[in-house]
Amino acid sequence: MIVFENLTKVYGTITAVDNLNFEIGKGEFFGLLGPNGAGKTTTIRMLNTLTAPTSGSILIDGRKMDRNVTEVKAKIGVVSQHLNLEGEMTAWQNLELHGFLYGLKKDIRRKRIEELLEFTGLSDRAKEMVRTFSGGMKRKLMIARALMHEPEILLMDEPTVGLDPAVRRKMWDLMKGLNKNGLTVVLTTHYIEEAEILCSRVGLMNSGKLIELDTPQKLIKKNGEFVLEYFENGETRSRFFNTRQEAIDSAAGMDGSVNIRPANLEDTFIKLTNRKVEN
Amino acid sequence: MQFMAILWQEYVLFKGKFWSVTTGSMIGPVLYLIVFGWGLGSGIKVGGGAYIDFVIPGIIALTTMNLSFGTVANDINIARLYSKTFEEFMVSPVSMLVYAAGKITASAFRGLYSAFIIVLLAIVFKAGLKLDFYFIMITLLNCFVFSALGFSVGLIINSHGDMAKFTNFIITPMSFLCGTFFPLDKMPVVLKEFIWILPLTQTSLALRNKGEDMQSMLLHPAILIVYLIIFLIIGVTICKKAE
Ligand SMILES: Nc1ncnc2c1ncn2[C@@H]1O[C@H](COP(=O)(O)OP(=O)(O)O)[C@@H](O)[C@H]1O
Ligand SMILES: [Mg+2]
Repeated sequence: MIVFENLTKVYGTITAVDNLNFEIGKGEFFGLLGPNGAGKTTTIRMLNTLTAPTSGSILIDGRKMDRNVTEVKAKIGVVSQHLNLEGEMTAWQNLELHGFLYGLKKDIRRKRIEELLEFTGLSDRAKEMVRTFSGGMKRKLMIARALMHEPEILLMDEPTVGLDPAVRRKMWDLMKGLNKNGLTVVLTTHYIEEAEILCSRVGLMNSGKLIELDTPQKLIKKNGEFVLEYFENGETRSRFFNTRQEAIDSAAGMDGSVNIRPANLEDTFIKLTNRKVEN
Repeated sequence: MQFMAILWQEYVLFKGKFWSVTTGSMIGPVLYLIVFGWGLGSGIKVGGGAYIDFVIPGIIALTTMNLSFGTVANDINIARLYSKTFEEFMVSPVSMLVYAAGKITASAFRGLYSAFIIVLLAIVFKAGLKLDFYFIMITLLNCFVFSALGFSVGLIINSHGDMAKFTNFIITPMSFLCGTFFPLDKMPVVLKEFIWILPLTQTSLALRNKGEDMQSMLLHPAILIVYLIIFLIIGVTICKKAE
């Protein structure tokens, strides 16, 4: 459904995205992970045509993307990393404008607005100017807005930043539900836990390159399912093992406190990105 | 439909600041009318008529230029660089031509609104002003030309400071020199030719045309339309890549 072909973006001397080649299938819940500056936002911005690739291309449903491919753009919902709502309009007006731009009929617009405001808990603030909203409320409104036109592909760049834990969990359920109903989701996130819970497949980026691409379970398995953590020279270090027994054997000779536990995606993530940085 | 969506948004935003916009658009013209109409102008005759009658079409030309240009240019600049609301339109299934048309039309209407205010002021100041179809059409055309220029400039310029520079170095000199406050023939010959071809001069000349010269009556709007098409093409082209 989404195909990246030699996708590259260069800003001056920085190669923000370096020759990506992979595919995201229909109905996938795909997570793009990586440390700050890895190139996740730039990749998403090329997907939603906010910025043009320096070279290479993105195909969605076989169409090479650019700003005038309006039929494909109509199927995409976007939640940007930064807030981009119109502050001088009300929540209701922001959604109305979106529905209008995406060609929804008036009665459908009104119905969707009500549903989504209800869902995000913003109904009683609907008639207030967005500039008076808190960061979390703006985030929720952005997510509501992206869903207004019932997209087939949802692109979300760190969508749950600034949401409190309860709301974040509610958003997870929403995204899971939508994905079950066939929505393709591409998500970038800082919360690796989020990716581990939600994503059927993750791509790990570092310095613009895709360094791993697999299911969270397989990535963990590949890099060691057990972590041994110990404290040395003022730093917490971790080592990875395939079985708990190997970790215990290795810890036997250590003094100080050690901790052995099953590895999660975050451990794997840190291991992989650190290794890259050290090289 | 999408065109209407863009106009609807502009209308909502306009309604929200109606009074500040209205009083704001009056200050310039009122000052011009006081200074050049009552103050300096009361004893001067231009082409056999009162100076205030001469200057009002000029004030309409320059005010509609400033507002049509400035509204969309600043709007897009802020939407791209600060509020990021530009993104909402760029990711939406709106073709760049429709987006340009919507933004340009909305801003041209702002210019037209200021022209309407000046006409009201002219009545208050008891100036002679002949409003006919040609006059309105030229004013409208002037609004669209500078709105289209503002659209392109708002997309190209990447800082608010440079935006102010563009206004200071291009728009403000045009306001004063393009046959707005005094007839073009007072200019040195070399400059005159250059200034003649500028769009605002075409508007000033056309607005003062009393119907005596059919050829120039057609030439002025034709030149304005050429400018409009050029600015529109530039705007739509850069909009495809603008961030
Ligand atoms: N508009 C830009 N101009 C110059 N450099 C940029 C721009 N956008 C991003 N970059 C650079 O590209 C790299 C990747 O950034 P980004 O995609 O935002 O990373 P991430 O979202 O993974 O944190 C960074 O080094 C960043 O500084
Ligand atoms: Mg980012």
